[in-house]
Amino acid sequence: MSTNIQERKIIIEIKDLKKSYGDNHVLNGFNMTLHEGENLVIMGKSGSGKSVMIKCLIGLETADSGSIMVMGEQIGELSRTTLDEIRTEIGFLFQGSALYDSMTVRENLEFPLRRHTKKFGVLKDTTPLVMQALENVGLAHAVNLMPAELSGGMKRRIALARTLILQPKIILYDEPTTGLDPITAKEILILMKSIQEKYNTSSIIITHDVDCARVISNRMILLVEGINYAEGTFDELSTSTDPKVQAFFK
Amino acid sequence: MNAIFKIIELIKSFLLEIGELSYFAGRFFRESFRRPFEFKEFLRQCFYMGNRSLLLVAVTGFIIGLVFTLQSRPTLLEFGAVSWMPSMVSISIIREIGPIITALICAGRIGSGIGAELGSMRVTEQIDAMEVSGTNPFKYLVVTRIMATTLMLPLLVFFGDAIALFGSYLVENVKGHVSFLLYFNQVFNALEFGDLIPATIKSFFFGFAIGLVGCFKGYYCKKGTAGVGVAANSAVVYTSMLLFIIDFIAVFVTNIFYDL
Repeated sequence: MSTNIQERKIIIEIKDLKKSYGDNHVLNGFNMTLHEGENLVIMGKSGSGKSVMIKCLIGLETADSGSIMVMGEQIGELSRTTLDEIRTEIGFLFQGSALYDSMTVRENLEFPLRRHTKKFGVLKDTTPLVMQALENVGLAHAVNLMPAELSGGMKRRIALARTLILQPKIILYDEPTTGLDPITAKEILILMKSIQEKYNTSSIIITHDVDCARVISNRMILLVEGINYAEGTFDELSTSTDPKVQAFFK
Repeated sequence: MNAIFKIIELIKSFLLEIGELSYFAGRFFRESFRRPFEFKEFLRQCFYMGNRSLLLVAVTGFIIGLVFTLQSRPTLLEFGAVSWMPSMVSISIIREIGPIITALICAGRIGSGIGAELGSMRVTEQIDAMEVSGTNPFKYLVVTRIMATTLMLPLLVFFGDAIALFGSYLVENVKGHVSFLLYFNQVFNALEFGDLIPATIKSFFFGFAIGLVGCFKGYYCKKGTAGVGVAANSAVVYTSMLLFIIDFIAVFVTNIFYDL
């Protein structure tokens, strides 16, 4: 399976990415490719630059140097309008869900639709799209609730529904199971897998969770001190004799 | 020597902050004229800021009118000039007390609210989430709020002025048996457009300052949840200072155009 995926079209390519905050060199020449339909897990210690890398990828942070190609477009060189168009093809699940507190679940899901009339046309009634996204995550009944009324797991699911509503080709998960109990974390993983199978999305998953990596990854990158220290499938890395690699699987 | 360095650093950071605030204001003007316009959110903010500040402005205005009249009355009585009370109160309230007090109240109520709201949206990545969904958060959150405060503050000032004059009338009615018609007849006789227009223009600037500083502090909030408190607090402090500076400039400019 992994070999087949590697032969597919590359949709994200990062070359020699560097990013520093003052004297703190977070990324020191990170390289990465993501293929169509692939689930790539990136593991690393806290502060190793995982979240910074993913934010550079979506244009939330500007890299100091290096290139980021997403679906053939160089992210650093795009105008705001083109970047926004590319962003409709990329879903981002934030670590803390980042639901809009002042809006209901329905409004949270409708919010991204308002700006993307090119992709969906002018929608008079967004209800079918909203309900479909909520049904995908099993929370159709929560449509009129406020984020404050939801549990941590529900918030994560609603956030996932919000990323799905624009029908993205790529989904970026920033620590999708962090802060959840083991049962809810497992449910989220099953959901991620089912979404990938249903929509054939490509995903980059940033996580500390070995179980998450085992269940979902086609390929893994271990990020150490801002560079990709090791790369391979879960089985290859988990059986590695390198002490630095082993430390991730203990 | 250390103290000198500290002072230089303080001046540097102050100037940097002024520069960033000016850039932020420039971006507001640039984005205000670009499509798409977030008209629905602008109306929501107008309702939120205007409607929810009404009671506070009304209570404060009423008390100010009441106290101002009660405190001035004995002195005017002493000089036999108590019949000047409606003129004196109306000119003071319309020209100065009404706009500045309402603006200070709104700086506390609205400015801190904006600072805390945008600050918490920043630290919980809600602003980033808007950005990645292809919506311009500056336009949606900042432009609408600054426009709403700029438009709503003059309206709140009018409302506050009216309530303050009513409070003053109540004292005059109880103490001096002055009728409603006589009191307000004297009020309108004393007032000129030269009193109302500068006060209204000044109120627009006050509203703009409240929205601008609140949004600036909240939008660039840092250091987690502690930063939200700092953003809300500094929004009020900076706005209050800015209001007095604007007021000083406004009086100075008004003096040039109208003979005060």
